[in-house]
Amino acid sequence: MATADELRELIRTEGAAVATNTQAFNDGRYASVADLEDYEELKREARAIKEDAIERLPELLEQLTTAVEENGGTVYLADDAADANDYVRSVVADRNANRVVKSKSMTSEELEVNAALEGAGVDVVETDLGEWVLQVADEAPSHIVAPAIHKSRDAIAALFNERFDPDEPLETAEELTRFARETLGERIVDAEVGLTGANFIAAETGTMALVTSEGNARKSVAATDTQITVAGVEKVVPTVADLQSFVELIGRSGTGQDITSYVSLLTPPVETPVVDFEDDTTPISEFESDREFHLVLVDNGRTEMREDDHLRETLYCIRCSACSNSCANFQSVGGHAFGGETYSGGIATGWEAGIEGLDVAAEFNDLCTGCTRCVNACPVGIDIPWINTVVRDRINREKDAPADWLVDGLSPDEEDEGAPLQKRFFGNFETVAKLGSATAPVSNWLADTTVSRQFMARFLEIDPRRDLPAFERETLVDWFADRESTVADPERRAVLYPDLYTNHVQVDRGKAAVRVLEALGVDVVVPPVPSSGRAPLSQGMVATATDHAGRVTEALAPHIEDGRDIVVIEPSDYAMFQREYEKLLDGAAFAELAENSYEILEYVYGLLENGADASALAATEDGAVAYHSHCQQRTLGLEPYTVAVLEECGYDVATSDVECCGMAGSFGYKSEYYELSMDVGDRLREQFQTDGVREQPVVASGTSCLEQIDALLERQPRHPVELLIT
Amino acid sequence: MAATISTFASSLDDLGIPVTRTDASSLDERIDELVAQPAVGVSLSDTFDDPSLSLAQTTVEIDPTPASLREATTGVTGARLGIGEYGSLVLRMTDRGSELVSLFVDRHVAVVRESDIVSEMKTAVDALDDEIGRTRGSAIIATGPSATADMGALVRGAHGPRDVRVLVLEEGA
Repeated sequence: MATADELRELIRTEGAAVATNTQAFNDGRYASVADLEDYEELKREARAIKEDAIERLPELLEQLTTAVEENGGTVYLADDAADANDYVRSVVADRNANRVVKSKSMTSEELEVNAALEGAGVDVVETDLGEWVLQVADEAPSHIVAPAIHKSRDAIAALFNERFDPDEPLETAEELTRFARETLGERIVDAEVGLTGANFIAAETGTMALVTSEGNARKSVAATDTQITVAGVEKVVPTVADLQSFVELIGRSGTGQDITSYVSLLTPPVETPVVDFEDDTTPISEFESDREFHLVLVDNGRTEMREDDHLRETLYCIRCSACSNSCANFQSVGGHAFGGETYSGGIATGWEAGIEGLDVAAEFNDLCTGCTRCVNACPVGIDIPWINTVVRDRINREKDAPADWLVDGLSPDEEDEGAPLQKRFFGNFETVAKLGSATAPVSNWLADTTVSRQFMARFLEIDPRRDLPAFERETLVDWFADRESTVADPERRAVLYPDLYTNHVQVDRGKAAVRVLEALGVDVVVPPVPSSGRAPLSQGMVATATDHAGRVTEALAPHIEDGRDIVVIEPSDYAMFQREYEKLLDGAAFAELAENSYEILEYVYGLLENGADASALAATEDGAVAYHSHCQQRTLGLEPYTVAVLEECGYDVATSDVECCGMAGSFGYKSEYYELSMDVGDRLREQFQTDGVREQPVVASGTSCLEQIDALLERQPRHPVELLIT
Repeated sequence: MAATISTFASSLDDLGIPVTRTDASSLDERIDELVAQPAVGVSLSDTFDDPSLSLAQTTVEIDPTPASLREATTGVTGARLGIGEYGSLVLRMTDRGSELVSLFVDRHVAVVRESDIVSEMKTAVDALDDEIGRTRGSAIIATGPSATADMGALVRGAHGPRDVRVLVLEEGA
């Protein structure tokens, strides 16, 4: 696992280039998919094609093999990397080839085929400009689509000038590109073998799609007489017609281009004549096109992933990089921290766990905070945070359990899931909060004593630079229990869900919510209900979270049957009810809660739309406010409701558009991630410090966003519902 | 059809690719205006199955040697389809070396028949599915010039052409 020092160093050396480039890709994605009328339909189609293809994989691989052999090519099914490399080496040796030119391929990175060929004395040349930069620099890719994303133009110029010593030092991107084109162009026409990957392969005809922009893959195939393609078995789709949705989605999802310059649909061996580039007498059409083609289909763990109910979805991945670019943590550290042996970004946990094993996935899995911003970005709808959670759970269970005396009392009634102490502390935060409120304010004073902070820093690895949440002595539930309802003839009846933080820490926002609902004619109750299980789930403690989910639905079901709506303040808990519970509960229990629950401002919006009187809310004449929506809330499409209600009440609303505040629950408290969390938060701080926004009060929906903003800005943020009470 | 052509022209414009419309009688003249010398090409009859579109009367060297190709600045080929919403061209891969001529040059001049321009990607991919199903051939969906952002800024002209020109061949004139 990357240490705090290593993360700091990466943020310092590579962070600026990674941030600039990933954010440009991410912005491009939003702009490009906005132009697609049928974006959601295309994603559903792409997903359905992948689901079907992986389901029918053995049959499609057989059909593909037949097609390639009919076309005059050879198919080799490799069990693992060593097997694949042996085969590639033997093809190159049979051809007596001195040089192999390669187009970009993550599968070839996975195999480490370059090392295997170089060990046999073959000159291997990467022809993708980014890959070539890394080959010259002897570095690993930091991004699955733009491998040298961490290198600035200046760094590349310095590298080339030092390594190649050109007559005139290279400086501009134009000069660097021209130099690379000329240098690599010479090597390509001299090579015997072209090695490519494949983005997709159609089983029916043996046609492979290669998605590129530079033209190097085209040249690597056209200029050589032997084509070798290495591809994971999961790349197969039924037909060429099935490529349409992918062709329209892959560029948009990744680098934000509507389409890349070239989508090659090759049915090898291709018909282009094999020419001698020195020949100045023979017309091109008189050369024969006597090519060899070898398709190396790589298993390397994929069959087992296909049989694994939780890792299977990983095989739908089309390597577009949307999950990397939309990830706030990735934007700060890139793939050198947020990645394994080969793959990087959110989906890398699935790949590395399946191909390399849990130990490799464990190196970076905790960098996924479960913010879910990648979920809507993924063109094939993979629930990437869920894969990360499941793998985290498996990693927890593989590790040695911490000393029992340290957690006894913190989690007396939870089953032991083997999670490390820090994860069990945060995962069982409900117990901590109950104790905290019961003993407040003493608990707050004690938590801030040097002895406590040293204990937390040493055993729980909580960063001493963070302020700890202060527990309220009177919980929201206790406060409410002493009240009478103020609504005589209610329009609707609701349960205000007392989430852990509202109940114990941010009790004021809970009181505000009760008052706003009552002002709008809602009969409210605030019964004791267990915490949602978000805290244990985010630590990978799936069994504990499942237990919470069961107890929450048990507590709320009678209220729902009694005709009450469930209203939730904390977005991360609301997201549990709408998203994660689907994985933890049976279908009926999940559906009942999901259909009957509402985020607080979504509910207020609905009340106003259905005739509730907005004049019962506090209004402003010319108020302006800066609003940061919560990551999971944005994924669920809820941000517009808060904005609409605030506007209805007269506010001019400036919204942030960063993907996440960086706090992400317990993440920002952990010593190893504190500085990363603050680096991510810095982007939010900058947005709220721009001219015109700098003076505005700040509201935010999520508990951790509020805590993060409190640390980032002078201004004390509040929950939007607190602006609405008269 | 008129709407499709105008969408195609506007998509190409967004990509910075100039479009010229011509009829068959002025085709040779238009090609001579668009090429930068030295220019090589493959006969358009290779794509369009029409002997009158041979390019024999142009300044373009048809069916060049590999050495001439490497010296050439411009390559002229036909395009099997145009795709309106993207401004894409579907290039064929033939035994006459169309792939080499469209790729190993600085400027690619592509000729597409008006009747071969479709509005949607889906129509084009379905047509390719049908064609590849019959011929087991290959095709390139090419959109704009070759480009890279790997050197720290977007640069046109990485391994392939930096400059693309499109000639739309109108029907029936």
